[in-house]
Amino acid sequence: MRALPLAASALIAVAAPSMVAAADLTVTVEIPRINSGSYHRPYVAVWIETPDQTAVRTLAVWYQQTRNAEGDGKDWLKDMRTWWRKGGRAMALPADGVSGATRAPGTQTIRVPAARLNGLQPGQYNIVVEAARELGGREVVRMPFRWGAANTGRVTGSTELGAVSVAVTR
Amino acid sequence: MKLTLARAASALTLLAALAAPLSAQAHRQWILPSSTVLSGNDAWVGVDGGISNGVFIADHAAMRLDNIRVTAPDGVTVVETANPLVGKYRSTFDVHLTQPGTYRIANNNIGVMAAWTLNGEPGRWRGPASGLQAAIPAGATDVVSAPSATRLETFVTLGDATTEVFKPTGEGIEFVPVTHPNDLVEGEAATFQFLHDGKPYADAEVTLARGGTRYRNNPEEITTKTDADGKISVTWPAAGMYWVNTSWRDPAAPAGRGRGGPPVASASYVAVLEVLP
Repeated sequence: MRALPLAASALIAVAAPSMVAAADLTVTVEIPRINSGSYHRPYVAVWIETPDQTAVRTLAVWYQQTRNAEGDGKDWLKDMRTWWRKGGRAMALPADGVSGATRAPGTQTIRVPAARLNGLQPGQYNIVVEAARELGGREVVRMPFRWGAANTGRVTGSTELGAVSVAVTR
Repeated sequence: MKLTLARAASALTLLAALAAPLSAQAHRQWILPSSTVLSGNDAWVGVDGGISNGVFIADHAAMRLDNIRVTAPDGVTVVETANPLVGKYRSTFDVHLTQPGTYRIANNNIGVMAAWTLNGEPGRWRGPASGLQAAIPAGATDVVSAPSATRLETFVTLGDATTEVFKPTGEGIEFVPVTHPNDLVEGEAATFQFLHDGKPYADAEVTLARGGTRYRNNPEEITTKTDADGKISVTWPAAGMYWVNTSWRDPAAPAGRGRGGPPVASASYVAVLEVLP
């Protein structure tokens, strides 16, 4: 079950540079491979905020979609503490085109068509990526970008996140 | 009025009777929720309660559970607690959160204290104001009564935060958050207002004590004063669980009241708040 979508997303990630022109906002998130006997894929949230750190819109939330013996996947959404308080806890989940299953280590790409960002006023914003891992740590990275003109940004996490990039293509 | 031998003796007895509660007052009463910010369709919170010098360190006395009241996010519905246990040094109970919003978990004592003399013996009572008349025995003299309101509260939120549980009642000291108490983060500022009998409690001393004192040498306690609106603003220096306290004692009380004498009108308030990193 898992292998097929993973292989597909890996292909898209590889193909991403040539496909950037098709997307108006593209965020890539590298989930680092962490050697741990008790490794679990991290919960990850990606959102847009204003420079004063007010959340504007959540672009992606990856969390366990099912209930298991330990509880429901939504029980641990609050571990993405910053996202949870700034907007996550006011969201109805699952959310179409936003929420999905946890991702494997590697580079993941989120493409947001311009139509989904209709209300976003041109100006300066941050992309924020937060990762929280069971029996692991939590990390938040912020990456400035400008909406309304082509530009790119890139930062690198230090523990739970690898390279993170943003590209605006119009 | 002449102080008779009998009265002097009864005052001594009263002093002895009061010694136990007074020494308990010197300690701090606390409750400690296992989580304050939760997600999911439902969630459980375990709550410990105790009385000790070091907040959240269960090493002195357990908290009584008689007056525990959990209020649902609608601000009205009472939520049943589960698995109550009174241990040697701490009590515990569980709360099942079944709907989104902010819950109040409180141990409040709002009532009246009374003291009197009957046949040379001191009498003492504490209870709801409605029971005062019946509690004082016929023939009692030197009857003194005074309102007493103690509140000990913490707040937990499942899903999105709500504010219905903060509606003040106008009795004793109450907590009116400007910053939601389940939205506190290290390094950020928070503002809270305190009311006394429904009016802003101005120029009141507020103590903020962070848990974990066993693992550091400096207690790192913060004391501050409310402004004219009864408000304090605090920038959280570190993540952790905080015990926030203020109290009031009738400044017009005659000399000799309280501290072993007849009761004095008083109120105290404690909020336990979690600050996340």
